[in-house]
Amino acid sequence: MSTDTLPVYTKKDFQTDQDVRWCPGCGDYAILSAAQAVFPELGIPREKFVIVSGIGCSSRFPYYMNTYGFHGIHGRAPAIATGIKITRPDLEVWVATGDGDSLSIGGNHTIHMLRRNVGIKVLLFNNRIYGLTKGQYSPTSEFGKKTKSTPYGSPDRPFYPLSLALGADATFVARSVDVFQPHLKTTLKRAAAHRGSAFIEIMQNCNIFNDGAWESLTEKEVREDHIIAIEHGKPLVFGKNKDKGIRMNGIELEVVQLGNGVTENDVIIHDEKNHNPAYAFLLSRMDSTPGFPTPIGVLRAVEAVRYEDRIAEQIREVTAKHGKGDLAKLLRQGDTWEVK
Amino acid sequence: MGTITQSPPRKIREVIEKAVIRFCGDSGDGMQVTGTQFSNTVALYGNDLATFPDYPAEIRAPAGTLPGVSGFQIHFGSTEVYTPGDAVDALVAMNPAALKMNLADLKKNGTLIVNADDFQPADLKKAQMASSPLEDHTLDAYRLFPVELTKLTGAALKELGLDAKSVDRCKNFFALGMCYWLYNRSMDSTFRWIEDKFKTKPLLIEANKLAMKAGYAYCEATEAFQVSYEIPPAKLEPGVYRSISGNTALALGFVAASQKAGIPLFLGSYPITPASDVLHELSKFKDFGVKTFQAEDEIAAVTSAIGAAYSGALGITTTSGPGMALKTEALGLAVAVELPLVVCNIQRGGPSTGLPTKTEQADLLQALYGRNSEAPLPVLAAATPGDCFWIALEASRIALKYMVPVIVLSDGYLANGAEPWRIPNVSELPEIPVHFATNPEGFLPYSRDPDTLARPWAIPGTPGLEHRVGGIEKQDGTGNLNYEPLNHEKMCRLRAAKVEAVAQEIPDVVPAGDPEGDLLIVGWGSTYGSITAALKAQRAMGRKIGHVHLRYLNPLPKNLGNVLKKYKKVLVPEMNMGQLLVLLRAKYLVDAQGYDKIQGKPFKQAELEAKIEEVLA
Ligand SMILES: Cc1ncc(C[n+]2csc(CCOP(=O)(O)OP(=O)(O)O)c2C)c(N)n1
Ligand code: SF4
Ligand SMILES: [Mg+2]
Repeated sequence: MSTDTLPVYTKKDFQTDQDVRWCPGCGDYAILSAAQAVFPELGIPREKFVIVSGIGCSSRFPYYMNTYGFHGIHGRAPAIATGIKITRPDLEVWVATGDGDSLSIGGNHTIHMLRRNVGIKVLLFNNRIYGLTKGQYSPTSEFGKKTKSTPYGSPDRPFYPLSLALGADATFVARSVDVFQPHLKTTLKRAAAHRGSAFIEIMQNCNIFNDGAWESLTEKEVREDHIIAIEHGKPLVFGKNKDKGIRMNGIELEVVQLGNGVTENDVIIHDEKNHNPAYAFLLSRMDSTPGFPTPIGVLRAVEAVRYEDRIAEQIREVTAKHGKGDLAKLLRQGDTWEVK
Repeated sequence: MGTITQSPPRKIREVIEKAVIRFCGDSGDGMQVTGTQFSNTVALYGNDLATFPDYPAEIRAPAGTLPGVSGFQIHFGSTEVYTPGDAVDALVAMNPAALKMNLADLKKNGTLIVNADDFQPADLKKAQMASSPLEDHTLDAYRLFPVELTKLTGAALKELGLDAKSVDRCKNFFALGMCYWLYNRSMDSTFRWIEDKFKTKPLLIEANKLAMKAGYAYCEATEAFQVSYEIPPAKLEPGVYRSISGNTALALGFVAASQKAGIPLFLGSYPITPASDVLHELSKFKDFGVKTFQAEDEIAAVTSAIGAAYSGALGITTTSGPGMALKTEALGLAVAVELPLVVCNIQRGGPSTGLPTKTEQADLLQALYGRNSEAPLPVLAAATPGDCFWIALEASRIALKYMVPVIVLSDGYLANGAEPWRIPNVSELPEIPVHFATNPEGFLPYSRDPDTLARPWAIPGTPGLEHRVGGIEKQDGTGNLNYEPLNHEKMCRLRAAKVEAVAQEIPDVVPAGDPEGDLLIVGWGSTYGSITAALKAQRAMGRKIGHVHLRYLNPLPKNLGNVLKKYKKVLVPEMNMGQLLVLLRAKYLVDAQGYDKIQGKPFKQAELEAKIEEVLA
């Protein structure tokens, strides 16, 4: 189907007739709504979308999107999606996954998909808890967190999902928040436009088992001080009065108060295209230090060869050199002899 | 020329029917290459053959030690050859350790060539030998040829100016040259192989060729070798032949299936012995559009293949036991989403890491039942290396026709063993029709074909067929999530009925040997050759025996129950602790008895014959 015959889609075209079975008030609704709003605008025929998921509340996502959908097994969505993308590079493949699904049981697949730069867009619904299994701690739960399985507090140190993705050399790394709809939609669009792997951590509230996990980022009163919305080419400033900035100090970041001779010229100008992932890595975990805000937006967006394209290219190269394979010849390759 | 030249010593050429030769040495001695070359040469000449490569799990155990011994046995003949042979006619041992590990299999008065240079006190010590067998009369019962392989090779290559290590590496070709003389074989095909292998290293081409020629000439010249053997070509079914191993045959079978089905082939795999060669082979066939994905683990290997199948490819995955264990959850998913998939388990000794390079067939029950809940799927097993080709095609055909994952069982013995294979014409291959759903009108993702119970294959990219699949129980027809008790029972029975429906196409078993009588031997997998050889020998003595070899293990051929009743006794030899036996006893209430061997080695013909005699006594 060529684009000029592409139907004009509306949000409704991406909704299914299935009852959505998330708890009322769950942050997953907002993410679903943002995706259903963004997909019609991408200029891609609906039948080209495939949404793959693992297991978890968040992994029910495909059932509610009127596209091709594959609800897989726990943690394996990136691998299923990789098989789809290698077979059909023309498809638009998205993965919906949870923090347990993608970082615990499926951690291995996540990093290898990112390392290979398969053209898959990952929506990580990070609620810092196992929702579907009713409230055990997850690989993103805070150290000391009390949950059903950690009555005395979690002894685990958590992952910073974006650090992990950057460590795997992901080419597109971004973060957004379920309730920041315009920001979330913009981020989804940016991911859709990226050619390789795109990894988006979405802070998502599980109001049943981990309510308020991201409150400090979403509460109107405090969020300006706790969040920094980063944009390519713009200075890293934040705060209610845009009076705080982030500056390089040696190989560390530091928060500075603007004024008194410190201006926007002194703070970092965000460069998402920086090929060295070290810079984005600093951003990805700066909120581990008190006083630092949590960055949202695109931390890294660089170009690299897409895995499925390289595979297809090898096939073209070899076929151009040797011609299309001939089965009869293949069966007879090597030494043969005839019995009369 | 007018002058009288002295005629060379007269040598005797004896025509014989069959011979078994074994090359053994250190894993660094190139025994697998030597054996493969010898097999190819005798195959090209037209002999029937069976091979048994036997190598250690360690790539290089300490040189000269017992655990480092690697061997390659070839049985070749002018009549049908079914097994690599029980006892060896000619043994080539490159060092004391190899001699020690292999001597027991050499026939009395058999030919024994040893590298006499490697029997120094240090070598003997590594092999835990107190005295030199070359001197202490332990080898008196054999026709011993102590040959200074290292020195003679060095002398032959003296002019080339190669370093000592490279010279030493050529001594296996000296030994190979000797064996070519011993069995009157041309060195041409090995010359061609050497030229290709060392394309970029002319000096090594020269060296290896010289070493081989020197070995040949050595036998020609020395008085010690008086007799050589001639084994005329076998009378095989007319056609064009090649030598093929099970793993190569599997790879070719899948390419053929993809071509016949007109859909691309996708292999997701993670390296594991003895399955890796299928990945190696298929990764070459880019000109056939084959996409191979070396995944991060076996779970990704199988799930990527499921993703590929979902997208319209022939999705396959290849592995061995431990990898198979990792794939089990995903196989359940493939059963639930009803997508075509072929999973090959090239079995090896277990449990756990077990015996990575040795053969076994102890994963049958895992293949049949090794998933949570009711998750039946068709299981096929190849009987010979060449049969792996046909099994790959048949498994693909069933998977695509019934929209079902299929397990193929092979094993280390079939994977690495080789036999002459009649190359089929492409027109002989079965048609594999594939139909993708395209019509949105009334489309239901879980509607069913009345004959096969297959659901439609509706691949992403098809307008109007957007739908969701997954592992959660679904309603038949719509595919919508459904947890109702009766729906679940219906779905479980439907998935099972679909697998049972495959039986409608499985040919009736026709026993080899006697169609009824005193004993029926039921086998599956790589025991085919040994059972066939034992059956022939025992029937020649007048015993009334039949042999059924199952290529379809689920579902079983429809007439199997009736066939079992036609014999007084049923014997089930297996390289496990009686897995098919359990099935047959449970399903047919037959008082079959098992004969198990779990030594990482195939059955010997003599072992089976002894068992048959015992059962019929
Ligand atoms: C192999 C396997 N192990 C365990 C489970 C149980 N299980 C289902 S979802 C889940 C965790 C889900 O947490 P997360 O990925 O964070 O998703 P959420 O429900 O929070 O969206 C677990 C442990 C399973 N389905 N499969
Ligand atoms: S348990 Fe939590 S994550 Fe799951 S649906 Fe309910 S609110 Fe959402
Ligand atoms: Mg979670």
